Amino acid sequence: MNADYAELFHALLPETALVCGALFILFFDILWARHHSTDRLRFAVMLGLLGLASAAYLAIDGGTPGPQFGGVLMLDMMTLVSRVGVFALGALTLALLPGTTRLRHSAEFIAIVLFATAGFSLMAASNQLLLGFLALELASLSLYILAGFDKSRPESAEAGLKYYLLGGMSSAFLLFGFSLLYGLTGSIELTHIAMALHQTSMTPLLAIALVMVLVAFGFKAAAAPFHLWAPDVYQGAPAPATALIASASKVAGFTLFIRLLWPGLHDVAGSIASTSAPSGWLTIVAVLSAASLLLGNLGALAQSNVRRLLAYSAIAHTGVMMLGLGVIARAGQGPILYYTITYGLATVGAFGVIAVVDANGGCQRLTDLVGLHKRSPLLAGCLLVFILSLAGVPPLAGFFGKFAIFTAAFQLGGISGPAGWLALLAIAMSAIGLYYYLIILKQALIVQPTDVVAPIKLPLPAAFALFTAAVLLITLGVFPSPLLGLF
Amino acid sequence: MTLLPYTIYLSFAGALLSLAAGKRSAAAARAVALLTAVVCTGISLAAAFEFKPIAGLQTLVDLPWIATPAIHYHLAVDGISMTLIVLTGLAATAGILFSWNIEERTGEFFAFYLALIGGVYGVFMSADAFLFFVFYEIAIVPKYFLIANWGSTNREYGAMKLALYSFAGSGLVLAGLVWTYAVGSATGAPITFGLDDLARAALTLPAHDQIIIFALVFFGFATLAGLFPLHTWAPTGHVAAPTGASMLLAGVVMKLGAYGCLRVALPLFPVGFAYWQTTIAWLAVIGIIYAGLVALVQQDFKFVIGYSSVSHMGFVMLGLVAANERAASGAVLQMFSHGVIAGLLFAVVGRMVYERTHTRQLDALTAMPLHRLLPCAAFTFVLAGLASMGMPGFSGFPAELTILIGTWQMSPLLGLIAAVGVLVAAAFTLRAIQVSFFGKTGRAGPLGPPDREPEPAARPAAEGVIAFPVAPYPPITWPEKLGTMLLLGATVLIGLKPDLLLNWIIPALQSPAFHAVLKGGSL
Repeated sequence: MNADYAELFHALLPETALVCGALFILFFDILWARHHSTDRLRFAVMLGLLGLASAAYLAIDGGTPGPQFGGVLMLDMMTLVSRVGVFALGALTLALLPGTTRLRHSAEFIAIVLFATAGFSLMAASNQLLLGFLALELASLSLYILAGFDKSRPESAEAGLKYYLLGGMSSAFLLFGFSLLYGLTGSIELTHIAMALHQTSMTPLLAIALVMVLVAFGFKAAAAPFHLWAPDVYQGAPAPATALIASASKVAGFTLFIRLLWPGLHDVAGSIASTSAPSGWLTIVAVLSAASLLLGNLGALAQSNVRRLLAYSAIAHTGVMMLGLGVIARAGQGPILYYTITYGLATVGAFGVIAVVDANGGCQRLTDLVGLHKRSPLLAGCLLVFILSLAGVPPLAGFFGKFAIFTAAFQLGGISGPAGWLALLAIAMSAIGLYYYLIILKQALIVQPTDVVAPIKLPLPAAFALFTAAVLLITLGVFPSPLLGLF
Repeated sequence: MTLLPYTIYLSFAGALLSLAAGKRSAAAARAVALLTAVVCTGISLAAAFEFKPIAGLQTLVDLPWIATPAIHYHLAVDGISMTLIVLTGLAATAGILFSWNIEERTGEFFAFYLALIGGVYGVFMSADAFLFFVFYEIAIVPKYFLIANWGSTNREYGAMKLALYSFAGSGLVLAGLVWTYAVGSATGAPITFGLDDLARAALTLPAHDQIIIFALVFFGFATLAGLFPLHTWAPTGHVAAPTGASMLLAGVVMKLGAYGCLRVALPLFPVGFAYWQTTIAWLAVIGIIYAGLVALVQQDFKFVIGYSSVSHMGFVMLGLVAANERAASGAVLQMFSHGVIAGLLFAVVGRMVYERTHTRQLDALTAMPLHRLLPCAAFTFVLAGLASMGMPGFSGFPAELTILIGTWQMSPLLGLIAAVGVLVAAAFTLRAIQVSFFGKTGRAGPLGPPDREPEPAARPAAEGVIAFPVAPYPPITWPEKLGTMLLLGATVLIGLKPDLLLNWIIPALQSPAFHAVLKGGSL
């Protein structure tokens, strides 16, 4: 490895900006802001947004594309899109905070959001097992803290602990899988691993390594049957933290595993194009996808808590993303990244609405949304866009993402193989999914409140963030080519 | 002609505008909605005068939209879509006139209403399967809100059932279309989602696959067209919907399904069509008879009309699969005719009668001398009923006659059974007229004091007769009269001169795209 530290420095500028921003927020808070309690949150949010904006600028502007620092990092279009995506989702999360949170220590919350985003950004760029693992851990540890951040509610502590214990276990699985991969191939560089795997065939040990890695992936992405943490965490964590866990962490996680699985392990991928094709890790992905589609959609039907409902919907969406991961061989990374990013936008939006309603009298049960159209028409209108996008109704972005993935799945081998079957299953399940999404909208837009409801005063930054997310979902849905055409 | 795409854009813009106007006053929202609908109708009528019927689609707009998968923003019309675009304009305008009394959340009502209309216009102009699908789904979602929020009887159930049926049906369509595209792209030749490209791709499908894909696409669309046994959403949805929405549902939304069958399913998959033709024809005939018989025994006035819609849509489906030019042109004519007549019937039942008497139970209505209390409604309903039965002079007659003749050419047995369906339609319509409006006919002459019913309080409930107010109901308003005249005028005009539409429809059917449809799938 030729250690060119200037190259490393350039490649890591966005992360540097984020970490510096986070530290500056903490210093600023201790030295000045804590004496000005009314402006404390506002300044921290502004500094956080500034950090994210400069990171996005540096990500777009800086660095020559290609492998960096001897192949430890990879700067390509996927890195760029994924980085900008997580920065945008992080910024939306931050903008939701003023007026919606009663968290004490809000500056710390924002600093940790920036640390998590730095982790996501590293996950998007890493091209090596060890760095990938460390980036994932940086992001995960930040998210555990964010989940348990609300010290006034025991549910939050429960969410944090549950997330931490299960997440820690999945990290152990991942590390075990990585160590086996290292043992088998003699390298932690994805390019070297790919070359080594090219010359070997499937062995039992390799199979174990792949299972370990995919189990961990399933945990992190909340794919059934490793989804059990998701409903509890989504329900217990503060709504802005949930927004980040559900959106940006998914984008980064999928980017990391796309890079690990496709360029790194593609020789043992197998195929899901037909039944007679050889099996590899794609078989496991297909099983995870089918299980998530079924469990997520059917589980969501029974929910009466809106956060748990969205958690099950997230599991269902993971099922579609897993299918998107499977069709990369045919369609490239475009559809899957488009899908995760637009899903992230819709989810941040939905949890943003929940956060605002939560700050105005609580939002746990579905019935807490009753009368939203009277309390705040803008909020209700945005929720309509977010939920319909999650449901996959055109012309919103959620529909086009599904459409692109299904098209690729059918192109992979018609319905003669698992890819086509999964696409059929996903289409059938999205008809079922419409039911629970309409239930949410029914509560928010149709049911008349029995007594007088207080109007919601929508804070300006939150209104701006939600409106931006809704407009983006419509624009990306009507004109998907600018994002898809990047790949 | 070139302005025709603006019907789509104006409808969506009108939806946003009436949402904003509704914040100020209900009247403003109404005005915006009516203006939008009238302008769109004007554009479509102007285009209709200019329209030169030729075989094949006449492109209005064709822009590349999405690169991969290749999708064009391709709008085009032929005589069939022109017919339905004019129908949409008429039905939308009349529906707004009959929704004039919506007071609650008026702006939102018309926003959903116009969004639905925009989607419908879009479907009728799409020449690209993806675009078709997008507009088709845009038309589905507003229906849920229109019914669940402004509806009556069991509205949340009806709305959800309708939304899920439609969405499931469109899921089948999506699967079929994407599969076809995938097969076409596997050959390596460049392919778009354009209907003509998909038709070429479908030719390369093995027969077995084509049979399955045809079933997916056809039955997906047929769900929305109310083909037996996929029709069960229709009566409950129609009954639950507010008047304007049920006029649209029966008037144009069910036509979306039938149009999808004609434009997409039948031409693209001839082998599948040949395989399924007999089954579909039998289902259509069963639907005609079954729904007619069910309508005959309904107690809820609106359910009578709801089932009659299913029965009449059975004629459309029968005409489509009878595989000859006469039946197919009759089917398109029937789409227009039923759109107008069903709108009229729902307007009378939902707006003129139910909004005033607050009951739709035939038992209750029969106790009222409605022909005296609401003479205008009775007059309209008798005319609309005659039209619905297929009396000469109204549009239903040439439509059903051509379908029956065409069906006879395919199979005399099916033609015969379907003809019995016409009799059943006469039976349930006459029963509805008699029981609802003329249940308690008194002596002829002016409504004198002896005829007046005693005070409701004086009537013991044990008699089993339902009381009704003595005071006359509010008279039929001007918007209602206007809407009635619009729809009645349309049905009489086409009834007397069906050539107006047939001269558009028949050239369109001679397009090569429909060759297989008119030959029962054999090429």
